[in-house]
Amino acid sequence: MSPPSVIGQPISRVDGRSKVTGAAKYAAEFDPGPRLGHGVVVTSTIAGGVIATIDTAAAETAAGVVAVLTHRNAPKLPYREHKADVDPEDGERLHVLQDDRVHHHGQPVALVVANTFEQATHGASLVRVTYHEEPALTDFGQAETRAVPPGARREDGGHPGETRRGNADAALAAAAVRVVAEYVIPREQHNPIELHATIAAWEDVTLTLWDKTQWVDNVRDEMAAVFGIPIENVRVVSPFGGGAFGSALRPWPHVTLAAMAARHVDRPVKIVLTRRQMYGSTGYRPHTVQRVALGAERTGRLVALHHEGIAETSTYEQYTESLLDATRLLYSCPNVTTRYRVAPMNVNTPTPMRAPGEASGLFALECAMDELAVALDMDPVQLRVRNDAERDEDADLPFSSRALRECFRVGAERFGWERRDPRPTSMRDTSGRLVGYGCASATYPVSVEAASARVQLLVDGSAIVSSAASDMGPGTYTSMTQVAAETLGLPLHRVTFELGDTRMPTAPVHGGSITMASVGSAVQAACTKARRQAFARAKRPSADLVEVLRQLDYSVDVTVHNEPDDAADHYSMHAFGAVFAEVVVDAALGTVRVPRIVGAYGAGRIINPKTAHSQAIGGMVMGIGMALLEHTVVDARSGRVVNSDLAGYLVPVNADVRDLEAIFVDEHDPHVNPLGVKGVAEITLVGVAAAIANAVHHATGRRVRELPITAEKLV
Amino acid sequence: MKVRLALTVNGESREVLAPVHKTLLEVLREDLGLTGTKHGCELGECGTCTVLVDGEPVLSCLALPVAIEGRAITTIEGMAEGGELHPLQQAFAELGAAQCGYCTPGILLTAQALLDETPTPTRDEIKEALAGNLCRCTGYTKILDAVELASMRMGARK
Repeated sequence: MSPPSVIGQPISRVDGRSKVTGAAKYAAEFDPGPRLGHGVVVTSTIAGGVIATIDTAAAETAAGVVAVLTHRNAPKLPYREHKADVDPEDGERLHVLQDDRVHHHGQPVALVVANTFEQATHGASLVRVTYHEEPALTDFGQAETRAVPPGARREDGGHPGETRRGNADAALAAAAVRVVAEYVIPREQHNPIELHATIAAWEDVTLTLWDKTQWVDNVRDEMAAVFGIPIENVRVVSPFGGGAFGSALRPWPHVTLAAMAARHVDRPVKIVLTRRQMYGSTGYRPHTVQRVALGAERTGRLVALHHEGIAETSTYEQYTESLLDATRLLYSCPNVTTRYRVAPMNVNTPTPMRAPGEASGLFALECAMDELAVALDMDPVQLRVRNDAERDEDADLPFSSRALRECFRVGAERFGWERRDPRPTSMRDTSGRLVGYGCASATYPVSVEAASARVQLLVDGSAIVSSAASDMGPGTYTSMTQVAAETLGLPLHRVTFELGDTRMPTAPVHGGSITMASVGSAVQAACTKARRQAFARAKRPSADLVEVLRQLDYSVDVTVHNEPDDAADHYSMHAFGAVFAEVVVDAALGTVRVPRIVGAYGAGRIINPKTAHSQAIGGMVMGIGMALLEHTVVDARSGRVVNSDLAGYLVPVNADVRDLEAIFVDEHDPHVNPLGVKGVAEITLVGVAAAIANAVHHATGRRVRELPITAEKLV
Repeated sequence: MKVRLALTVNGESREVLAPVHKTLLEVLREDLGLTGTKHGCELGECGTCTVLVDGEPVLSCLALPVAIEGRAITTIEGMAEGGELHPLQQAFAELGAAQCGYCTPGILLTAQALLDETPTPTRDEIKEALAGNLCRCTGYTKILDAVELASMRMGARK
């Protein structure tokens, strides 16, 4: 008899014990031996120009300093061409310490290596740099006027400058009801609690990196390209990530610096960026200005939708994201235009931050929908249900499944939406403070990438399953163990899942909510094959795998590469959700509290409700941060980030969090992938900021269109 | 200028030769290999480096070992007794209060100090005690639930 199903069970994290005892090792905590040197980065203090002089004499003679690397003495690296999915299609990454050019404030201009971190930090403070400063574009207001359409073609994964279906201009002009408004998202920072860190060690011609990354295979490939060595000569290890949310999708300059320095001083080198340095070199969600125009009939039916956005990018890479993608398919509308522009500036390159594109784009669209509901004097839930799309009108494909209406029904009921008095400023709590209810739609695409997994079935009746995947926190170790145990027909405790090492079979990036679908499918396929092989080799017939394995003379060892099927050619595949938020506003002080959020999601099959729920709550709380707190302030004169620490950049603390509830509606999608999973990481952030902003309007009558909604915008 | 530091860490006497200005965080992580104490900002903002000194939560990134010689330092490695998890550790692992796990050691130790002082805290007292610990993954609710669960179990055990 096979054990009871473990997929869908709220299993506690298999790595929980290692995390509560301090045993889990993160990048900076590996010990490459007693000769470890510590590297500290010196960064530019201008946003554009060339380095005139670098005086390293004092640093070089400081106690414990082993080497000071600058563009003058750093080895020239091959920097062979390398582009991964996580790299912008247009442009080229910074070539670190290869020339005297400065492209942005905070760019690495030197590295001090010393015997201890303290000595390296002191040495770095002694490096004197002078510059020939050149005019730099650091003011978004100026850069916006020089914005350009994205260069990369849509077929190459780019995001189009213009799209059009029907005639939105004409339909808007003829519409009975119109809403036109501008919305602003500030730059936001991922701020995982773990600092970005890399340890590099060379042994002859081979390089080992212990790195904070969401994609070990790509770090290997990029370092092989940068140093011009075969990928077989690079090993990258990353068993645990202390959060990332996108900041560790790409290897940033410090990874190359660590490897360069380790070779230069012929000993292992560790670089741990400071919190401050992360603001200048590990990416961010770009500052984005959006304009939305909606036209509707009196019945609420959308007849015109225009959505445009302009976002910052760097001068050396053109970062684009799916800012307007959801707008083209979320609602049924015959006339839709989108227009996307990027503004190159003297800043470091942005990078995907949790729900990149959708989180920003749907803030604008879903606030505009709320404004339309007000203009129509219609319930905001009813407006969304009325405009629900039966098929993807952009791709002209049916949805593989779509639970938007169901999410609004379930979410509204759970939230108590019927208690809402639609008139702004009409609701108060027992202390007399203003109360508001708001809602928003959420959606995020489902992607499946090729992945591989290895299964070893041992003669003691246990299994080791591995893939070069990552776990930055969501619970990859646990969910993969569940999939493997269920597929093999073994109890959980007999299965060990390993990840985070380039020596394991290849896995795609751990981002974009694709890990469960991609790696999970590979694990499932490999386990199916391994189980079959074991039974084929059984000496005596048995239905029990453990019994079969104990008869074997040697273990079963199977590696399977799994390619996604062609479902994406026939179906539009997305998760959908509905978010409801309650706010309480102190009218005199302008302070906003969020006592309640309910999110209902159609995210396919949920492998582990415990980890999925935890991840969803975390997404909502990041949404509270986006709505009310988070804002990277850039000095428009210098390009310097003003609030580059956790005292100046506010993230939600536990006092910001009250009752949060995530509901996963029952959804069986036979098309997305064999496991039927859609992913939950990104979608749980989408829509939260809009729901809160809409609730603030309901509470106060004030429409705040620029995030974050801070007190001064309400008094 | 290095000094000889006599520290009591997790009940053991440890001697370290380190510069007088080297922080407790670095001494623990680098000199003593106790990497369970995490490094998040070095500015006293995130709480992830919290350890206990004579039972009180202290931000190890702002503490100098020379100032706490002879006092009892507890790190996450010293929280479980003889392989048996502290009820807080058990509850955190069970409820999924640790996601990426990086802020977890600092939160566990801060919570331990709270429960030692106030065995059955209210939700608000838990929130107050953990006010200085940032978490970017969990959304906090599971952490608060886990402290409540541990408190309940510890009360039942007495």
